[in-house]
Amino acid sequence: MKIERDHARFREIVKGKVRENLRQYISSGSIVGKEGGEAVKVPLPQIDTPRFRFSGKDRGGVGQGQGAPGDFLGPSDQEPADGEGEGAPGRPGEGAGAKELELEVSLAELAELLGEALALPKIEPKGSSTITAPKRRYKSVRTVGPSSLRHFKRTYREALKRAIATGEFNPAAPVVIPNRDDMRYRSWSEDALPQSSAVVIYMMDVSGSMGDLQKEIVRIESFWINTWLKSQYKGIETRYIIHDATAKEVDAHTFFHTRESGGTMISSAYELAARIIAEDYPASDWNIYPFHFSDGDNWSQEDTLRSVALLRDKILPASNQFSYGQVESPYGSGQFLKDLRKHFNLSDASCKVVCSEVKSKDGIIDSIKEFLGAGR
Amino acid sequence: MIEHLKVKPLPAELRGWQDRIERIAAEEGLDFFPTVFEVVTYDKMNEVAAYDGFPVRYPHWRFGMAYEQLSKSYTYGLSKIYELVVNTNPCYAYLLEGNALVDQKLVMAHVYGHNDFFKNNAWFSATDRKMHDALANHAARVRRYQERFGLSEVETFIDTCLSLDNLIDFHRPYRPAEAQSSHRPSLDLPEELAGGLGEAPRLRVSARVDEAVNSEAFLEEQRARLREERARAARFPREPERDVLMFLMESAPLKPWERGVLELIREEAYYFAPQRVTKIMNEGWACFWHTRIMTQRGVLAPSELIDYADRHSGTTAARRGSINPYRLGLELFRDIFDRWERGRFGRAYAECDDLEQKVSWDTRAGLGLQKVFEVRRHHNDLTFLDEFLTPEFCAAQRLFTFESNPRAKAWQVASVEFQDVKRKLLSQLTNMGQPIIAVVDARYQGRDELLLAHTYEGVELDDAYTRPTLKNLHALWKRPVHLQTRRKSRRGDVEGVLVSFDGAQYSERVGG
Repeated sequence: MKIERDHARFREIVKGKVRENLRQYISSGSIVGKEGGEAVKVPLPQIDTPRFRFSGKDRGGVGQGQGAPGDFLGPSDQEPADGEGEGAPGRPGEGAGAKELELEVSLAELAELLGEALALPKIEPKGSSTITAPKRRYKSVRTVGPSSLRHFKRTYREALKRAIATGEFNPAAPVVIPNRDDMRYRSWSEDALPQSSAVVIYMMDVSGSMGDLQKEIVRIESFWINTWLKSQYKGIETRYIIHDATAKEVDAHTFFHTRESGGTMISSAYELAARIIAEDYPASDWNIYPFHFSDGDNWSQEDTLRSVALLRDKILPASNQFSYGQVESPYGSGQFLKDLRKHFNLSDASCKVVCSEVKSKDGIIDSIKEFLGAGR
Repeated sequence: MIEHLKVKPLPAELRGWQDRIERIAAEEGLDFFPTVFEVVTYDKMNEVAAYDGFPVRYPHWRFGMAYEQLSKSYTYGLSKIYELVVNTNPCYAYLLEGNALVDQKLVMAHVYGHNDFFKNNAWFSATDRKMHDALANHAARVRRYQERFGLSEVETFIDTCLSLDNLIDFHRPYRPAEAQSSHRPSLDLPEELAGGLGEAPRLRVSARVDEAVNSEAFLEEQRARLREERARAARFPREPERDVLMFLMESAPLKPWERGVLELIREEAYYFAPQRVTKIMNEGWACFWHTRIMTQRGVLAPSELIDYADRHSGTTAARRGSINPYRLGLELFRDIFDRWERGRFGRAYAECDDLEQKVSWDTRAGLGLQKVFEVRRHHNDLTFLDEFLTPEFCAAQRLFTFESNPRAKAWQVASVEFQDVKRKLLSQLTNMGQPIIAVVDARYQGRDELLLAHTYEGVELDDAYTRPTLKNLHALWKRPVHLQTRRKSRRGDVEGVLVSFDGAQYSERVGG
């Protein structure tokens, strides 16, 4: 098709715009939000061709239907609603250009852009050949099966063949009645596909000192980390742990929106993470990525020592990498980062602990680079 | 015929229907170009629609963007293009593969309406019926430019030109050739204007009446006229020029290939303009005929009635937030047909003030068909509504105007009065709904700066778009550019404002 060239060029321009503004998109968090989807919407006003045109604010228009002066037709920051307007077949060009452009970029493309912008190395997955996942595909036909899988065309063909062969077929009245032997059903076979899987365990301190800004930073950063890891592994699972003095596992929504008060015992989270890993994710088969975000306050030095022990003995041996992100907060002391530095030799390439300090939203992009830059 | 226009022949059943519908259309008095139907997949349909109905366009990302939007809304089931018809001779029309037979018949009947309109409406009289060839040539030209001067260089320049492609004078093609003046500064000024500071011309009369005829007052008047004409002759352009694209083509410092690109963008803008000024009529006319052909001439099988009614009512549904051109056009054509069929026009009808008599007025004039054919020949949307919109029609159709209410931050029905509705409709259609902007002075401030003026009619320009557009204008003119417009000040009164871009920064001067 001829349109392909123009379409490819258009996508290229879109990607160029996203690349140009990636840093800004990341720090503003404007393309995070639609959780779970395969694509994100990127606002792109710049790609619109500017023309001299009327301002929308005092324009108004003409409509048709029930309506007395004073009736409302919907909020004025959107196009007025058409009521029960069925989708009339549009002609080319109709209604175009009026709205700000919003373009869809798939997560894979986004990851590619992120990788390019931060020069992230590709991850070498472990255990890739050991895990296989059966995949069902309908690709054959057989003579028995449930009627929901009946293959009409093949059945008809068999019946027609039989009718002609036996001389039952009458071209003047072409009625073909299939019998039991003619029936054909779709059937599947199972292929074993090698699969590499990863699990990301997010831990976050939700004690009183972690405010909304700190959580927003964690949310944005985890979105990009997920995006990147998803592009590197076929299947990816995420688990969420929140902790103050005690830890519990929660869903994504709770993770980003809960606020507790009270003290902080980091070891409680590490303990839970270690248990989750031991129970659900054998290290030989899984690529495990624990991330911990905190403002660096811990209850006591004693607990810190316990945390470090858990980390060294239980979590690190199983994980590809342990990442600790310290979000700056007006209340936090930032002590935990110093403790980690003391107990682990972070500059050693074989050390699987990576630490990063995030001072503000602008720091997110550098922090992502620090976490993912090792390619583990 | 060029290679890419080879079409697959229609399946026999559709071919049979095409013959039958064509015969009926001809019997009904429609006069059309030969029609070529092609059945295409939805993907192909989206592609052709993205190219405005043509198989080949110059390479540009905007077609890719249109394609993406069309495909997406098709995928999500938001919209589906049923028909696509192109103003050429022969007339090409596309049918969507997999549509029910009733849809295909409806689309065919609809297409013959469009085809007749393209061929006979006065506003299409100046369009190139071999536009396929022209557009294919444009495509080849742009590709050649891209090979020689670089892909992104040419693309950026096309972007710049597209940003100005609404600045055309759509009445221009209908003027006699000599009035389509060009703006090349002419050196052969009329003698009296060129002749330096010569004395004001005296009428040559005999000495006896000289003093009475060439009085001081008369001479002063003559001098004033002369001064003004001299000033006008020195002005460039002499008259405000609405065809900004042509003005730039002739007077902006462009490279030959840039001029070539600008020329083809302008040509395409003029080609598509008639469709924009006759949208309501064109759709109305096609709907008027598809209903007649389908329901009165036995094309519709009884079993298809429900599907047909569903499709037709979907197309012509009233919308509260905007005008549906299909509906407005169809209903107005039907209203005209009915009025002329029953003689409800002219002085006697207008002056009749007996309500009962007026309601039952029927002179059995039987002029309906004749009148609608006449209307479709001479009018465009603006004159169509101006001439035939009646208070009774507005009330029956429940037309209303709406405005935004800034306090409630909502759209609100403003009026159901005939005059208000009509004024709003006409103002929306004036100049294709585009602001009226003309080049008034290309020697502004004596420094070859370009001054454009916007004719303010109550709606101001969108500032967010004005500035980047000025920047694009500057990219062509290469000297500072200015736009004189008006807007509401914070106090609520309307003030003049001059927006300028000098290549580095924007400035604004209030006043005037």
